[in-house]
Amino acid sequence: MSTEPNAVSESSLNSQAITPASLPATRLFYWSLRRELWEYRSIYLAPLGFAGVTLLASVFVLALLPHIMRTLPSLGPAQQHKALSHPYDIAAGLIMGAAFIVSIFYSLDALYGERRERSILFWKSLPVSDLTTVLAKASVPLVILPLLAFAITAVTDFVMILLSSLVLLASGLSVATLWTQVGLGHSLLGLLHHLVTVHMLWYAPLYAYLLLVSAWARRAPFLWAVLPPLAIGVFEKIAFHSSHFADFLLNRVGGGSDVMGADFPMQSGMRSAPWNFLSSPGLWLGLMVAAIFLLVAARLRRYREPI
Amino acid sequence: MTVIEARGLRKAFGTTIALDGVNLRVDEGRILGLIGPNGAGKSTALNAILGLTQYQGELRVLGRDPWAERDQLMRDVCFIADVAVLPRWMRVSQALDYVAGVHPRFDRAKAEGFLAKTDIQRKSKVRELSKGMVTQLHLALVMAIDARLLVLDEPTLGLDILFRKQFYDSLLNDYFDRSRTIVVTTHQVEDVQNVLTDLMFIYRGRIVLSCSMEEFETRYLEVAVKPEQAAAARALQPMHEWQTLGRSIFLFDHGAGKNDPKIDRQQLAALGDVRTPSIADLFVAVMGDKQGDRPGSTAVPAQGAAQ
Repeated sequence: MSTEPNAVSESSLNSQAITPASLPATRLFYWSLRRELWEYRSIYLAPLGFAGVTLLASVFVLALLPHIMRTLPSLGPAQQHKALSHPYDIAAGLIMGAAFIVSIFYSLDALYGERRERSILFWKSLPVSDLTTVLAKASVPLVILPLLAFAITAVTDFVMILLSSLVLLASGLSVATLWTQVGLGHSLLGLLHHLVTVHMLWYAPLYAYLLLVSAWARRAPFLWAVLPPLAIGVFEKIAFHSSHFADFLLNRVGGGSDVMGADFPMQSGMRSAPWNFLSSPGLWLGLMVAAIFLLVAARLRRYREPI
Repeated sequence: MTVIEARGLRKAFGTTIALDGVNLRVDEGRILGLIGPNGAGKSTALNAILGLTQYQGELRVLGRDPWAERDQLMRDVCFIADVAVLPRWMRVSQALDYVAGVHPRFDRAKAEGFLAKTDIQRKSKVRELSKGMVTQLHLALVMAIDARLLVLDEPTLGLDILFRKQFYDSLLNDYFDRSRTIVVTTHQVEDVQNVLTDLMFIYRGRIVLSCSMEEFETRYLEVAVKPEQAAAARALQPMHEWQTLGRSIFLFDHGAGKNDPKIDRQQLAALGDVRTPSIADLFVAVMGDKQGDRPGSTAVPAQGAAQ
């Protein structure tokens, strides 16, 4: 500006010209997400804690590994695979379970806690829209936690298999059987598939519903989230002797086993064909409902005052 | 330039009327004090101005509709409220990072400069700071934002005299200039008497007095009269009368009201010491008129107090 004296005098007349009037939406979203990670440290501490516990437990069974390897030839192929990959399945399940539980409690508190501690007025004193805030909060259970669970599981698995390999090498045994039986790449791909299909897409309306309740409830969001569906289910059972609503909910929470083509959600992702899943109306209806819930939550945040 | 313009502003909570047709106009470069008893509608008026609550009637803040455009408005408007607490889990450094991240007009170096004058540590969490320090932190954040309107709702509630004095000194010396506008509500009117440029009393959702401080100083006079001259003073139709240290204090409206007795300053000087009343005295006088409306009021009626 020093080369253009005119520009200086013009801009000093209008101070608004100097500073940009707005920031890109991605930047507002990024910082909104950062603040969620600052506030709810359990988002990464809980899965990390479970990973730590699994690693610690696996160190104790390392001593048994050479014995397992020696008795392996006496087992059938399926049992061989199970004996070796079992700890890895447990690790993945625990970390994913931790992420799921954190997702539920985070979603229930995300739009309620800020009103309870009255900091909502501070957040609203800054130029961030309610929709940006709600989308940033929704991305925690929908994107951040599944990806975090995957990354932490992958690292845990690698540490476990490296430790196991070291023990086997020290005992003079081959590591090739271990690596092929565990099939780390394949199981991690399966896990990623499961996280994306079930936790990100299939559970989207579930998390959106919890966020909506958290934006709406003046107290006890957990009870407000749980009791009405329970009441509807009981009402239907008594009045019509049917359980369509309960079945519908269980199907959603259970990972949509009929769509996934498996009874156990953990394995469903690995077994089902992507096409079946992507063409199921339940998925798309669920995503639409999730979008509506989030829009309503953003609307509610605008009206809601501190409690 | 007009910063705030309200016409017929109304807001009701159920059957309680918080704002009952408020007309208000605040020009650039003013410091307006909005004074009123608890529940008079001050905070509701401020919340409407900040886009935190819905209202009926016409309201423009910096040319925008606050309810519809809260997030855009907050680029140019800042606020500190006693109830709008900074999140307790947040670290000072995180607060700086966050505001720098989302606010286009935030000057981080400036905020750091303000904080350097305090005992606040960057690593401290808000919950570890004293109430005075939290206000200092909030003020440092807000003063580093190049905003056009600053709204303060009981900003110094619960702070000791030193913090309060420092708060208004900083505002005047380091922040306020003729291109900025400040609206403040407080019960500690003695703190702001020399800070304000304009004064407004609000009672039961209505503006009952509105004047500039220049007008206040020429229009309202307070005379301390010895008991023997009290009758003479009473004959001049004072707004309000009360007893202190064996003298009667009379407050006169010296301006052009409908009951204006056109009292001469000289005339008053003959009765005793003439001085500008405090805002608190005028407040009691104006509210005293309305004490019949308000159960439990301690204001003394003008005529009855003499005996």
